[in-house]
Amino acid sequence: MELTLWTYEGPPHVGAIRVAASMRDVHLMLHSPQGDTYADLLFTMIERDGRRPPVTYTTFQARDLGSSTAEIVINSLREAAERYKPQVLMVADSCTAELIQDQPGALALGADLPVPVISLEMAAYTRKENWGAAETFYQLVRGLLSRNAPAPGTQRPSRDPAVRPSVNLLGPTKLGFRCRDDVVEVERLLNSMGVDVNVVAPLGASPHDLLLIPNADANVNLCPEVSDLTCSWLARTFGMPTIKTIPMGWGATRDFIAEVAATLEIEVNMDQVGASRLPWYSRSIDSTYLTGKRVFVFADGSHAVAAARVARDEMGFEVVGIGTYSRERARDVRAAAKEYGLEALITDNYLEVEARVQELQPEMVLGTQMERHIAKRLGIPCAVISTPAHVQDYPARYSPQMGFEGANVLFDTWVHPLIMGLEEHLLHMFRDDFEFNDSVGPSHLGSEGEGARAAKAGNAQDAETDGTIVWAFEAEKELKKIPFFVRGKARRNTEKFAEEQGLLTIEVDTLYDAKAHFSN
Amino acid sequence: MSAVIASSGESHHAGPQVQERGQRAVFCGLTSIIWLHRRIQDAFFLVVGSRTCAHLIQSAAGVMIFAEPRFATAILGERDLAGMADCHEELDRVVSELIARRSGINRLFLVGSCPSEVIKLDLETAAAKLQAKHENKVRISSFSGSGIETTFTQGEDQCLKSTVAELPTLEAGKENLIVLGTVSDIVEDQFRRLFDELGITDVHFYPGRKAGDMPPIGPGTRLIAAQPFVGETARALIARGAVLIEAPFPLGAEGSKSWFEAIAEAYSRPDDLVQHVLELPYQRAKRAVSSHRSKLEGKRIHFLPDSQLEIPMARFLSEECGLAINEIGTPFHDQLVMRGELSRLAPEVPIVEGQDLDPALERVRESRPDLTVCGMGIANALESEGLRTKWSIELVFSPVQGFDQAGDLASLFAKPLVRESILEVGSWS
Repeated sequence: MELTLWTYEGPPHVGAIRVAASMRDVHLMLHSPQGDTYADLLFTMIERDGRRPPVTYTTFQARDLGSSTAEIVINSLREAAERYKPQVLMVADSCTAELIQDQPGALALGADLPVPVISLEMAAYTRKENWGAAETFYQLVRGLLSRNAPAPGTQRPSRDPAVRPSVNLLGPTKLGFRCRDDVVEVERLLNSMGVDVNVVAPLGASPHDLLLIPNADANVNLCPEVSDLTCSWLARTFGMPTIKTIPMGWGATRDFIAEVAATLEIEVNMDQVGASRLPWYSRSIDSTYLTGKRVFVFADGSHAVAAARVARDEMGFEVVGIGTYSRERARDVRAAAKEYGLEALITDNYLEVEARVQELQPEMVLGTQMERHIAKRLGIPCAVISTPAHVQDYPARYSPQMGFEGANVLFDTWVHPLIMGLEEHLLHMFRDDFEFNDSVGPSHLGSEGEGARAAKAGNAQDAETDGTIVWAFEAEKELKKIPFFVRGKARRNTEKFAEEQGLLTIEVDTLYDAKAHFSN
Repeated sequence: MSAVIASSGESHHAGPQVQERGQRAVFCGLTSIIWLHRRIQDAFFLVVGSRTCAHLIQSAAGVMIFAEPRFATAILGERDLAGMADCHEELDRVVSELIARRSGINRLFLVGSCPSEVIKLDLETAAAKLQAKHENKVRISSFSGSGIETTFTQGEDQCLKSTVAELPTLEAGKENLIVLGTVSDIVEDQFRRLFDELGITDVHFYPGRKAGDMPPIGPGTRLIAAQPFVGETARALIARGAVLIEAPFPLGAEGSKSWFEAIAEAYSRPDDLVQHVLELPYQRAKRAVSSHRSKLEGKRIHFLPDSQLEIPMARFLSEECGLAINEIGTPFHDQLVMRGELSRLAPEVPIVEGQDLDPALERVRESRPDLTVCGMGIANALESEGLRTKWSIELVFSPVQGFDQAGDLASLFAKPLVRESILEVGSWS
């Protein structure tokens, strides 16, 4: 039994629904009580989907237990097959149905339905949403393709150089982070390299499309949370190579291009494939202020690893913490953490993440919807980089995270919550002007951004006197001369320094001693 | 397990009434926790269930507002199910952890879920044991919000019913009034002012703002429902001597007026005083509703089953806003508290109890009503087919009862229609 306040992931059957909702011409029959139908609103509300997910819920009740739940399953299967006429009918249990052991998969296979059935085991009490999505995608691909598999040991014929090479984009789903736009961007990138996209799946694919997967020369493992299992099965069974680099950020996009070219044995002029404004924006002098900003990263595995690289190598931030809620991706994140000299935080307990953020006092948080709330509470700027995300992270505009345009989007999105370089400079200059109100914060952020928050945090700090350490009048006056958005931090650091030094009164000199102590 | 999903009793509706059994698209009773924990501010709700339960509450609530909410889920794992861990010991550990963390909590509800019901985890006994351990610190009890037994708002009914046995007995010869069902704080304050003016004293709102607000009950207790989803609790209160006042629900100008009049009549308040007290708020409510009437009049509305508020909402909309009612779907039709409503409903309006989702949606598509009231999972799907909708959960989450909310209530239904007339962005889908 595990005490949980907020969860990062839903149960595994929500992963199955994500796969079903992403595809065309499939239907999922979920054996579940009525409450489980809440899953529909994840798609219709958060992603603003214009259709209900293609799911029939059995919605059995207490009075059905022990007698007629199996009958309800069979009726639901028949009705779903008849009404929706899917190419494939998937069958699964939700957590409660798993306990009553009706085995709807076996019932479906015995029901002589006019449609192929894929039976899913969702392991509701040990697994979570992303695992459920991965398992569903894998069972679907394997179920449709295993009879087409060549005999083990068959050598995959080498690619005909006269034919344009092609790859599959595997992993993007509904309720994934910016999957809709990433698919467009990566396809554009591949096309400009002379590579076709054969099948995109699950997003937008039909079961018939899945049958075409082996026609491509390689698979791009675009969202490993969902597609890892499928890619390795396709590699084992069909000898299809897997392209593993996730093209998030400028450097990773170039690495991706290189990996695609190497895998497909094609010549590519890197600089002609495309370009991003990120390198120049990052080098332009306005961005100097980004240098060494302390950043905390927490996300699903692939986004955490990719974001940390962009943060350090392309924005010039300092990564002070990295972690993931995904135990399946823990190994990747731990390996990445080592590169930054850090210990990865692997937890799906929201309170532990909050405690870590509080302890690290980063200047920016790159996280999920959950970290957005943590950061808001602590007055720290934040950008959302991963699921779980809320409705505002499914924007109307084109907003990919991958490819060269994705790199542009990352730069803008991460810089936006911060105070811009030139504005920081101007705030300094006008600070003492009697007509200037320094608590208003930077104009481009309204009342929501770093400035406003820092001002609030600063004021709160100003009002708070610890009782053990006293600020001398002159020191307090000096503190007020420090811009509001770093004043709170300066106060904390100085008090921490004074405490470490065993001082009871903070003088002007203590303030500057502390400043020297903490600047590195 | 009680079969609270099935209704019983003879119907007071003259018109067509059918029961449907099939796929349902409604929340389970756990969803009630979202407003119950806001209402009872020193209570904590611990769901004993699965990851699905935790995900449901968080998704239905829409956003995470609080760093630490006053509800949580004790997620059953494989060890608990396989009997490798003793569920009662585990629950003991989790509850101790929780109580240590949240010192301000005076009441802890252990809330049963589908999985806990299916494995027959006895939360009542567990609560009693835990109570002995945490005596004098926090009051602990249990109720079921499971989806195999309760639909959406029925969770509140189960919660309230579970506390009826704890209510103190009203001294013989004394009188009091219990207003049953969660209303928001602002509605409670408005109602209290009117009760004062009517000279009706010793009024208790149940549930109250604090878990310790336990109204005494006995033969001197009069009972009035403020919400339609409190039938089981009403029966339990009646069993302890309370007398139920029959009235429509306080929705709209007319509904609110009839509601207060029924109470005043039970208290034999002089008619001129009652009319004098109610006249001003009644006229104000009528004015507020009338400003929306032109947008609603003559339109056809269709209710898909959701909160049990469907029948009183339909009554308000037809009676005060001039809408035609296509069909009233309701998840559960409790005759006991609905008597005051049914007589005011046009006899030809069909009431469909229960649900069979796909055929129900087909009826909507066929008749293409001007407005469909439905759950959030369905609303956008209908909108994309060019149909206007009002998502019903807002009717439960927003203050809509009483004279001074009548205009707001009308505007909730008018807004989607107004929006359609304003937008010039081509096809809706």
